[in-house]
Amino acid sequence: MTAGPGSPEGLAPANPGVIAGLDELAGPVNPLRDPRDRRIPRVAGPCVLVMFGVTGDLARKKLMPAIYDLANRGLLPPGFSFVGFARRDWADEDFAQVTYQAVKEYARTPFRDAVWEQLSEGVRFVSGSFSDDAAFDELADCVRKLDAERGTGGNYAFYLSIPPGQFPTVVQQLKRSGLSDSGGHGWRRVVIEKPFGHDLASARELNAILDGVFPPEAVFRIDHYLGKETVQNILALRFANEMYEPIWNRGYVDHVQITMAEDIGIGGRAGYYDGIGAARDVIQNHLLQLLALMAMEEPAAFDADSLRMEKEKVLSAVRLPADLATGTARGQYSAGWQGGRQVRGFLEEEGIPADSRTETYAALRLGVDTRRWAGVPFYLRAGKRLPRRMTEIALIFQRAPHLPFSATDTEELGQNALVIRIQPDEGITVRFGSKVPGTAMEVRDVNMDFAYGESFTESSPEAYERLLLDVLIGDPPLFPRQQEVELGWRILDPVEDFWASFTKPDQYPAGSAGPASAEAMMARDGRAWRRL
Amino acid sequence: MTIDLTDTTTGAIHEALTQARRRMGGPASGMVLTLIIVTDESAQYDAVRAANQAGREHPSRVLAVITRRPKNESRLDAEIRVGENGPGETILLRMYGPLGQHADSVAAPLLAPDVPVVTWWPDDAPPAPRSDPLGTVAQRRVTDAAASDTPLETLLTLAKAYQPGDTDLSWTRSTPWRSLLAATLDQPYPELLSGEVLAEPDNPTADLIAAWLGHRLGIEVRRGESGGPGVTEVGFETPDGKVAISRPDGRTATLSWPGRPERRVALHRRDTAELIAEELRRLEPDEVYAETLRALAARH
Repeated sequence: MTAGPGSPEGLAPANPGVIAGLDELAGPVNPLRDPRDRRIPRVAGPCVLVMFGVTGDLARKKLMPAIYDLANRGLLPPGFSFVGFARRDWADEDFAQVTYQAVKEYARTPFRDAVWEQLSEGVRFVSGSFSDDAAFDELADCVRKLDAERGTGGNYAFYLSIPPGQFPTVVQQLKRSGLSDSGGHGWRRVVIEKPFGHDLASARELNAILDGVFPPEAVFRIDHYLGKETVQNILALRFANEMYEPIWNRGYVDHVQITMAEDIGIGGRAGYYDGIGAARDVIQNHLLQLLALMAMEEPAAFDADSLRMEKEKVLSAVRLPADLATGTARGQYSAGWQGGRQVRGFLEEEGIPADSRTETYAALRLGVDTRRWAGVPFYLRAGKRLPRRMTEIALIFQRAPHLPFSATDTEELGQNALVIRIQPDEGITVRFGSKVPGTAMEVRDVNMDFAYGESFTESSPEAYERLLLDVLIGDPPLFPRQQEVELGWRILDPVEDFWASFTKPDQYPAGSAGPASAEAMMARDGRAWRRL
Repeated sequence: MTIDLTDTTTGAIHEALTQARRRMGGPASGMVLTLIIVTDESAQYDAVRAANQAGREHPSRVLAVITRRPKNESRLDAEIRVGENGPGETILLRMYGPLGQHADSVAAPLLAPDVPVVTWWPDDAPPAPRSDPLGTVAQRRVTDAAASDTPLETLLTLAKAYQPGDTDLSWTRSTPWRSLLAATLDQPYPELLSGEVLAEPDNPTADLIAAWLGHRLGIEVRRGESGGPGVTEVGFETPDGKVAISRPDGRTATLSWPGRPERRVALHRRDTAELIAEELRRLEPDEVYAETLRALAARH
């Protein structure tokens, strides 16, 4: 083959739409880049990452280490700079020291002095409160100086690792100080973390705050539970294979269970968690995103818009149970033994009022009104202080319509299942019936297991690494847009209203699998939750 | 667990593997490939260790083919290691006597079913990897020109025999440099008049980078010599002055650009395990490498 750099033969796009989309983004062609050159990773362009809320746990345990790991993998550009903003009386060196310790303790890749030295040259700190005009002016000066000193080219990403209540102040400050306006030189991006509001109205309000200052494509909503790797794994399983799609419908699937169980309690998050609860915390965003990925139709292309379109379509087809009293369940953990230790109940946790009605466990039965899924219930559950930490999606298949074996032979045969394990130990399990070795004919459930080889390795990027890199590169595909957030609230709001109207959450002992009402909800449908 | 089998056959090795797996509860079920390492007794330790480290990312069956004492009687000794250094299985195959000439007859029955095969020569590369008995079974054949006494000649020999699926670790070593160079040209840049790559005299990676740049940019890229370590600088002459990335210490690179502040970026040299892990990540033919080899051959 004699294809030169300009004419990549053999690359005739299978789907012209995908390539066309890329062309628009690409700008001038870089002669050193070649889509066939799979070794060269995409590296972020010169930029400054400004972080608000640097004193939080998340910044220390996840974000700072992720920045270092990206640098260590050579994915950050020369001159990359990292600016912290907080109400601390720190100099640049103090902040660098804080970052250094966070990196040393939590980074996943080996610590290298050279990488750290180069990274630390670009670390700055600006001290002040969010309402302090002077501090934001100082911040504006600081990043402009970085442009001059380190050639960051006027590209700024703002990471708001702060409670949503403070968004309006910070966003307004960014606008007032002129930081949000690129004036045509460089880009501006803003990263916000879930929760994206606490109901439809507040989500819209939040969006309005951002909308006035940043264009929609500059807003990156991060749901750290849903790493890009997971999303891509699910899409690859469904749409890169021939053997699953034919059975991925009501003809074969009996029901779907989506579970996110945590073994921890609320820990130090009382202030955030009280009044939010399990449903708003994870079902509205994380579990509904998983449902969308499982239930959606094949996107026309693997790009942001096609994917979002399919997710939005399926989310708008989600229906709540007719009777919310029997189709939902919620609970609060009470004192008990979890994982070999005695733990407090939710109402005794520090910072939680004794009459709190916030749920720590929520379960829902949803329907998806499409030709593919009509009549197949999707059961979602999320809870804290459950026996172990586990997130999974289980497709439970219907029983074989006829078994040519005698009833005693298949006594121990359950329903076939395909389980997508998301964490810990990401992988796929298939459960099916197999003959037990021996002279008697006996069929019993066995598991076939696949674990992503990636998951063993230090070199598979952590969710935050990929998210941060996507933000710095400006690659939006898998971040939910406002429309998906609103659809999520549309589904959840009636449930929350119903719960708020009368019931109190049922109690369940810490370390158990959830309240009896959740078991009863399944039992009414003649089904049972998978064991945690 | 380690199992030693003396004067054995592939059938016996299979049986021992199955038993070991059963005893350990099947730890090696998710293997993604078979990696054949063609090596000798003195180099096997480092190579197997690198492969096991890479195996954490790519759980694999590692077959180390070690030829010993060609004049002895034919004999096969096997050392099986399961569940010791992470996932996967490692089998050291020591072949004595004339058997060493027929290593493929031992390796073939031991390839893990269904998954791709990669053959790696950490030391001396065969002149035509694709025609080598242990190369024909593999989708991907990894050599290392830098390990030979005359790296550039070795690379040119390999270029003549190139077949899709061939690759060389001296090309793998160029990835961080190439990625930094590509990132540098992601922003608007002045016209590039000519270029130069500086490195130790016997550094095939520098030859490949120079050939790659020359081919992609359509300008003359010289290959200059420096004291190392490894590649120390890649620079371009432009009408505005010199744009250069230099790495004198093998750890941190400095990007200098006329009229802009100097910027530093970590660019460390990677160990063999990382190189092998990168090689195993993609098993399709590397067309860019093929073009670069051709461009290199045209220069010499």
